[in-house]
Amino acid sequence: MEEFVNIFLMGKKYTVPSNLTIMGAMEYAGYQLVRGCGCRSGFCGACAIIYRIKGERDLKVCLACQTQVENNMYIATLPFFPLIKEIYDINEIRPTEQIMMQLYPEIYSCIGCNACTKSCTQGLNVMQYIAYAQRGEYEKCAEESFDCVMCGVCSSRCPAGISHPQVALLARRLTGKYLAPKSEHLEDRVREIENGDFEELLEGLMQKPIEELKELYNNRDIEE
Amino acid sequence: MYTQEMLDSVKKVEATRKERLGMEPRRMTAEEKETLLNRYHPDYRQENFSVLKIGPNKGDKVPDELAVLLQANSRVKDLDIDLTKIDYDTDVLIIGGGGAGASAAIEADEAGAKVMMVTKLRIGDANTMMAEGGIQAADKENDSPAIHYLDALGGGHYANDPKLLHKLVTEGPSAVKWLNDLGVMFDKAADGTMITTHGGGTSRKRMHAAKDYSGAEIMRVLRDEVINRGIPVVDFTSAVELILDEEGRAAGAVLMNMETGEYLVARAKTVIIATGGAGRLHYQGFPTSNHYGATADGLILGYRVGAELVYADTIQYHPTGVAFPEQIFGALVTEKVRSLGAMLVNADGEAFMHPLETRDVCAASIIRECKDRKKGVSTVEGSGVWLDTPMIDMIHGEGTIENRLPGMFRMYEKYDIDMRKIPILVYPTLHYQNGGLKINQEGLTDVENLYAAGEVVGGIHGRNRLMGNSLLDIIVFGRNAGKNAAKKSKTIKPGKLTLSHVEKFAKEMEDAGIKTDCVSPKLLPKYTHRKDE
Repeated sequence: MEEFVNIFLMGKKYTVPSNLTIMGAMEYAGYQLVRGCGCRSGFCGACAIIYRIKGERDLKVCLACQTQVENNMYIATLPFFPLIKEIYDINEIRPTEQIMMQLYPEIYSCIGCNACTKSCTQGLNVMQYIAYAQRGEYEKCAEESFDCVMCGVCSSRCPAGISHPQVALLARRLTGKYLAPKSEHLEDRVREIENGDFEELLEGLMQKPIEELKELYNNRDIEE
Repeated sequence: MYTQEMLDSVKKVEATRKERLGMEPRRMTAEEKETLLNRYHPDYRQENFSVLKIGPNKGDKVPDELAVLLQANSRVKDLDIDLTKIDYDTDVLIIGGGGAGASAAIEADEAGAKVMMVTKLRIGDANTMMAEGGIQAADKENDSPAIHYLDALGGGHYANDPKLLHKLVTEGPSAVKWLNDLGVMFDKAADGTMITTHGGGTSRKRMHAAKDYSGAEIMRVLRDEVINRGIPVVDFTSAVELILDEEGRAAGAVLMNMETGEYLVARAKTVIIATGGAGRLHYQGFPTSNHYGATADGLILGYRVGAELVYADTIQYHPTGVAFPEQIFGALVTEKVRSLGAMLVNADGEAFMHPLETRDVCAASIIRECKDRKKGVSTVEGSGVWLDTPMIDMIHGEGTIENRLPGMFRMYEKYDIDMRKIPILVYPTLHYQNGGLKINQEGLTDVENLYAAGEVVGGIHGRNRLMGNSLLDIIVFGRNAGKNAAKKSKTIKPGKLTLSHVEKFAKEMEDAGIKTDCVSPKLLPKYTHRKDE
């Protein structure tokens, strides 16, 4: 037998099957979603939710597509949050300590309240990665923030007005481009291809009849 | 979380694990694969396909749900759109906000064209964001573009367009380099060597990844770059009909604000369709791993102005969609889980196949195991087989799952399933549109000045795509379309705008006796549940 729970979407009560996600429950209630719905798999950050269970003091956060409804859930959606996104040329900037100071100086106003970490829908240690960014430790910031889906809930809770996801994104791009070790085999292969080194092989393959290609494919050796 | 039946079956999986750890299941022969596909792959179920009555692919079969939309009414059919009132004027108009669209935008901007992106949701709400496993490129010593070519060709059942495939494999390494230079964080060893793994059907380890956030990492960097360049992104706005000029060349699109319903006119010298796939059409009732907006819009837009489709009857069912818990039914379990050593195991604990066969073979084999051999495990939605994830940490050491599959680990953790310790249940999910708009090497469709890139395109992957070739395809062909559309735009003088093809198409429908209330493109799926419907 199907069980039902009461939920409150933006304060309005709906009775929905208890096995649904919050997103599924909104649709069950009749919402045709346009905002607040993206990948439906927990990767895009479109469906951030802030909720409170009636009678409890804690404010909780989650992604609507990844979380099952509970009875007496008071649900507010956060389909958009005005993050600060500074413009920069990735080829011009460098992974110096000053670059954060120039682009996102508000990170130095962090008061250490940890509201960001408590509100992360991905369970990341947000305050820690901001601390790394303050110190110019971009690789650590990148690693700590890697699973960020940029939903913006952390920033909505921040008394210092920090746009944590954008700070983290900058740190990751600096890491990927400048700090991570160079892949020489990749650069070599790009040069070889530009040099036309594989053209003869490829042209040869392209001209072979299908039967011969099948033979080659079915008997190719596969790396262990 | 698991039912008693599931837990009993888990015991059988555990009982055979030690023995399975040391062995590699036999790969199927070409004949075995063919027989399997014919009997069990959804593409071979003729009763779920319709023959098109009109348009460039008249006489061809496509999935029923797609046929309805391809032969439906235009959204602007009875509207009086004033094409002299131009709301947006640009050189290159890009429809779609995923990886292909963003790559195209960056390259078109780089080439000096005035570019605009329009997307019905937000930039990045796209299948790119959800591509977990990785991106192929033949950049290792023991590999070459020729080996990559043969892998993709065999996997695609020799139906790939050779020229497009040549482009894909030869531009693979430079695509990865381009992304790396933009700041994408690929998994690397301390000396800079890319950490690469196998995917189903690869003969070399050439799958590059960014943990299991590969597509998300690529997408958020591309999106950031689009914004840094000041490229206008008109979001929550869909293209509902292409606009041509009096010579029949693409010249813009009618747009619709998704929130207010307002119609707007965008004029452009060249247009790139980068609208992605069709999973949300739920062919044959399958669940899907696709994002919310994957409703085949680009196929509809292109088809109505005369662009031909290729292999529109071939769909990829990803072998490992979530079968349980029901809340995330159909969501993707990345192939990387199998790349890292997890086996596919039936209810009795038997490894019934090699886990790294191509996706179509794998999906068909799982369907056979559940439907025919009755060796699936029952779930609310049907049945599934085990993906024996605890093998991963046993093979590669503790912490591997958390480090290299953090997204998967988190997804299951939310339902109290610890995939490090207990296997997970999977069943095929609708994942990818192998076919789509036909393009040439320049990314041009049959219609002049109309380009296409990404999942909306067909031909590159033949009749089945390999893992990691889609992230590659959107970058290679997205950039390609952007460059070529920008170059072409410099030679174009805007002509008089027209929607006359809409009337022409309506006439064709009438002549073919097609009567329908359906309008297309679909734009969004409908999951509402109301008493009045």
